[in-house]
Amino acid sequence: MKIYVCIKQIPDPNTVVSKLDPNTKRLVRSGVSLVLDPGDESTISAAIKLRDTIGNSQVVAVSMGPTSAQEAMRRALAMGVDSAILVTDPALAGSDALSTARVLAAVLKKENPDLIFCSTESTDGYTGMVPGAIAEFLGLPQLTFAREIRVEGQKAVIKRVTQTGYQTVEAPVPAVVTIASGSFEAIYPTMKGIMGAKKKPFTQLTLKDLGIDASQVGEAGARERVLTIGKVEARAAGQIVKDEGNAAQVIADFLQRYQLL
Amino acid sequence: MAKTIWVLVELENGQPARSSLEVLGKAAQLGRAEAIVLGSNAAEVAPTLGEYGAEKVYAHADPAYDTYLTLPAVDTISQLLQQQQPGLLMFATTYDLRDIAARLAARNNLGIITDATDLQFDGDELKVTVPWGGENLVTATLPQGTGIVLTRPKAFAVQRTEGKTAEVENINASLNSESQSIKILERVEVQSEGPELEDASVIVSGGRGLGKPENYHLVEELAKALGGAPGATRAIVDAGWLPYSYQIGQTGKTVKPTLYIACGISGAIQHLAGMKGSKYIIAINKDEHAPIFSVADLGVIGDVITILPQLTEEVKRRKAH
Repeated sequence: MKIYVCIKQIPDPNTVVSKLDPNTKRLVRSGVSLVLDPGDESTISAAIKLRDTIGNSQVVAVSMGPTSAQEAMRRALAMGVDSAILVTDPALAGSDALSTARVLAAVLKKENPDLIFCSTESTDGYTGMVPGAIAEFLGLPQLTFAREIRVEGQKAVIKRVTQTGYQTVEAPVPAVVTIASGSFEAIYPTMKGIMGAKKKPFTQLTLKDLGIDASQVGEAGARERVLTIGKVEARAAGQIVKDEGNAAQVIADFLQRYQLL
Repeated sequence: MAKTIWVLVELENGQPARSSLEVLGKAAQLGRAEAIVLGSNAAEVAPTLGEYGAEKVYAHADPAYDTYLTLPAVDTISQLLQQQQPGLLMFATTYDLRDIAARLAARNNLGIITDATDLQFDGDELKVTVPWGGENLVTATLPQGTGIVLTRPKAFAVQRTEGKTAEVENINASLNSESQSIKILERVEVQSEGPELEDASVIVSGGRGLGKPENYHLVEELAKALGGAPGATRAIVDAGWLPYSYQIGQTGKTVKPTLYIACGISGAIQHLAGMKGSKYIIAINKDEHAPIFSVADLGVIGDVITILPQLTEEVKRRKAH
């Protein structure tokens, strides 16, 4: 089986307080620490686990992003992905979810994947719209919010997270599968993996290679526009106390004062 | 002229989901709200949606929508879009509606704005408010006209006018068998003790500061003593301490309880997004610089492991009096 994983490089959510540039109205990516989306690490791990379970399979990472995204691709390769494809083109800056999906779908269409894995949503934009749009552009079914996946013949079966529990859902392969955050433990790259990553196939493509017109993507093709960026009203400052051994009383007094007990 | 706004009303066990009714109420304030309801119970539910703000309801009673995810609904709404052009589509942010929105947007080349907390029409121009990160509030629009706005759970209250009726049109959509490919084989409800997170008026939530999974019971015990529900941060859900259903935050559940007690939670933006609408927030954390203290009404700098059992006992003691 050929399993493709769509991944993204983002500002490190653990160290960077992400900011919007008031001029471009885009996420500030320069001068901040960029990492492979931690959600994608879990998704990549899910793909590798499935590959190793079914055998005779390969995992390919696909991304769209600036040239700096090569770093994230290398991490994916070090984790155990077999090869990587990065679409990079200056005209892609400012692309919305649908344009991103269109570009990724154009790559995937040429590759005849059996399964396409995506994280449920990225940890920077959180729109969660890209996977479904990829599925639509490729005319494939989608299996979403998966916390477990198995392949049975020509069908993929998942446990799909719901508000109150889960559903067991199946769809014919090829299919797009989105992995719910935290469902698979991320593989930590070994030194051997890091060294081996350098020898693995890594392809870079431009819009021209995909036959996509620059006016359809990037800021030019965006279907949404930011009008203004304002500040959130801060909550009134509360009372901060240090525990002197009486914290339980202090909290219980607060609860009684506001009739919360 | 008032814009027509379509709201897809999701059915849960055959009844309209509260999240959808919240959106329907907001749509009715913005313009002419029209509901779309799909599923075996659609014909019964349709007339009742007038009370929640719908002027008109498009209903298609077919069990295919209950068994097959996403595609039958996308097909039907796309067919409706070929006949009519509403000013806007508004959906609640739920698992199923997010899936439908993504495909619907891709198929019909619609702009899409997610995680909205408010929206209004300024003349003809739509203005959608989206909180961004911890600091910014973005106003965005859909310059092409018709598009989809997904709204944050609990952003709006349900509006009900008893006795108000809606015109019902039973739509004659033709369901494609090829679209019946994403099949639900089984539905499993996981029963949890006490109230559901979304409905709880008290939530006690735990994070990394608890140290290890074995300490999470301290959170559960305080929640139980207060008659509330236990919750968690993405960090400890990602770490495998608890199932996803406990997760509060931008990813996960948005909650607005009367009381929120954050235990060993630093207050990542991600987490704050899901709970800062709570009426009273109490935070317990060792690190006096933890961002959670910036939203707390009462912040206690201290060790959750010692404070939680004492607090649980104190709550039980005072309740007994």
